[in-house]
Amino acid sequence: MPPHLKHAMPKAFWIAGLAVVFLLLYAPILSAVLFSFSADRFPSLNMSGFSTQWYAQVLTDRAMLEALWNSLTVAGITALIATTLGFAAAYADYRFRFFGQKAVLALALLPPTVPLVILGLAMLAFFSRIGIAGTLTAVVAAHVVIAAPFAMAVCRLRLAQLDETLETAAQNLGAQPSSALIRIVLPHTLPAILAAFLITFAVSFDEYVIAWFTGGLNQTIPVAVLNTLQGQVDPTIHVIGTLSFSVTLTLVLIALAVVLSQSGGAMSKEET
Amino acid sequence: MTSPAIAARTPARRFHFLFNRAWQALWVLPLPAWLLLFFAVPLGLLVAISFWSVANYRLTPDATLSAWRYVLGLDFLWASFWRSYGLAMASAVAVSLLAFPASYAMAFVAAPRQRLILLGLAIAPFFTSYLVRIYSWQVFLAEGGVISSIVQALGGKGESLLNTYFALFLGHATLALPVVLILQTIALANVDRTGISAAANLGARPGAILLRVILPAARPGLTLGLLFAFLLSYAEFVSAAYLGGGAFQTLPILVTDLVRAGQQWPRAAVVSLLMIASLLATAFVTVLWAYREKG
Repeated sequence: MPPHLKHAMPKAFWIAGLAVVFLLLYAPILSAVLFSFSADRFPSLNMSGFSTQWYAQVLTDRAMLEALWNSLTVAGITALIATTLGFAAAYADYRFRFFGQKAVLALALLPPTVPLVILGLAMLAFFSRIGIAGTLTAVVAAHVVIAAPFAMAVCRLRLAQLDETLETAAQNLGAQPSSALIRIVLPHTLPAILAAFLITFAVSFDEYVIAWFTGGLNQTIPVAVLNTLQGQVDPTIHVIGTLSFSVTLTLVLIALAVVLSQSGGAMSKEET
Repeated sequence: MTSPAIAARTPARRFHFLFNRAWQALWVLPLPAWLLLFFAVPLGLLVAISFWSVANYRLTPDATLSAWRYVLGLDFLWASFWRSYGLAMASAVAVSLLAFPASYAMAFVAAPRQRLILLGLAIAPFFTSYLVRIYSWQVFLAEGGVISSIVQALGGKGESLLNTYFALFLGHATLALPVVLILQTIALANVDRTGISAAANLGARPGAILLRVILPAARPGLTLGLLFAFLLSYAEFVSAAYLGGGAFQTLPILVTDLVRAGQQWPRAAVVSLLMIASLLATAFVTVLWAYREKG
């Protein structure tokens, strides 16, 4: 900001606005963490004490552990496929000029704009016709659709910072396309690939609408939470919430740290 | 007669050309292929199903407009449609206004490095369990919950805030705030700083700079933020069900009810397509407006 510019409102106003927003974003997360350790069944501010009983209950619940295993499997395979496809598409968009390039890009960015309820419905109809409805394979196939655009966007942003002539120069000097890719493009894009993997893992790990439609009896953690929500007050939701917040927040914060360390490097390069 | 040199070169070139094409296809094709199979085909099937019929709870391929006629003639469908649309628009405007001071603080008050960290912290909740956060809001809003306890301690009545527009708005804000924050902040941070300095040097007051320089320059990003808040709120059904208490019948709830209650796939497909059409129309108009030339 130019140092002489005065803000339309005092600085405190803008900072207060920021504080309110962060309060709204983090209050439900902090409340889930707090009440996950409550000794009471009903969450209230007059907590009678701290207890880890709900953790013990969740961690010995076979259905819940199975849901956790389903979530981890689905998210892991989804992240692997979505990151591979996302990187390939980002690299294709960066490196080649081909017929229908804009259409491909538009198609790749479309899934996040279609309501998940509708996608879930459409996918259930399709999967039951090809005979995979109600399986984890169906959930993975669907999750890749919604996660791959994130992976593509993250990788494409990173590739945009790579000098396009480097790879061509290497190829002109006799490098095979594959070795130019392995020696120049991949090392440069590796942080983004890692970030894409973590983000797509988080996207899949928390998705419940499509998993609910297409997973059948194979529950993932969020689907288990959704089913619990439909019933009575259940303090174990706070435990599941705290555990899944820890998983996704850690993944996303690592992804951000990776991206930030890169942009920090880029900034310091610009300064020198 | 071809010269031996050319004859020798041509197959090699051909091979080289084909190899390059194959190499290119290896990168270009996988994602579109996956999306065609698992995204475009299912949506196409949904369009087809909207023309199918249901007899004895069995879905039969057909070419009838009966589901369209039935759904479009329902008064409560249109009531749900306008309720959904209005609620989503109102939420989008409210979330955008709520986010603006925070985005401004990140773009103009925070130092660049702080801005990146704050943006990271703002976007991280987007990837955490939305359901659990909604459940937490129930705990805050219910009678005897966190907010009513505080209000009672201060001498107020402390009634339940569940099943109110405020509760529904909180749910939508929880979902959309991170995305709106990131789009607004990027839009504001990219406003040309020399334009701001020039206006200041020419004696423009801070309020005028905000209204006449910063806001118009950031308009595309601010509008995209509004659009995404709308898209997210319009499609969301957990808030309406668990914070609105089911009092607000919205289109996504209608879609799930139609399928679960009576296997009414063609009718559910029609409602879905109506939703997609209205989303696309809104997005189209909004994007046109966002990038409209000034004047």
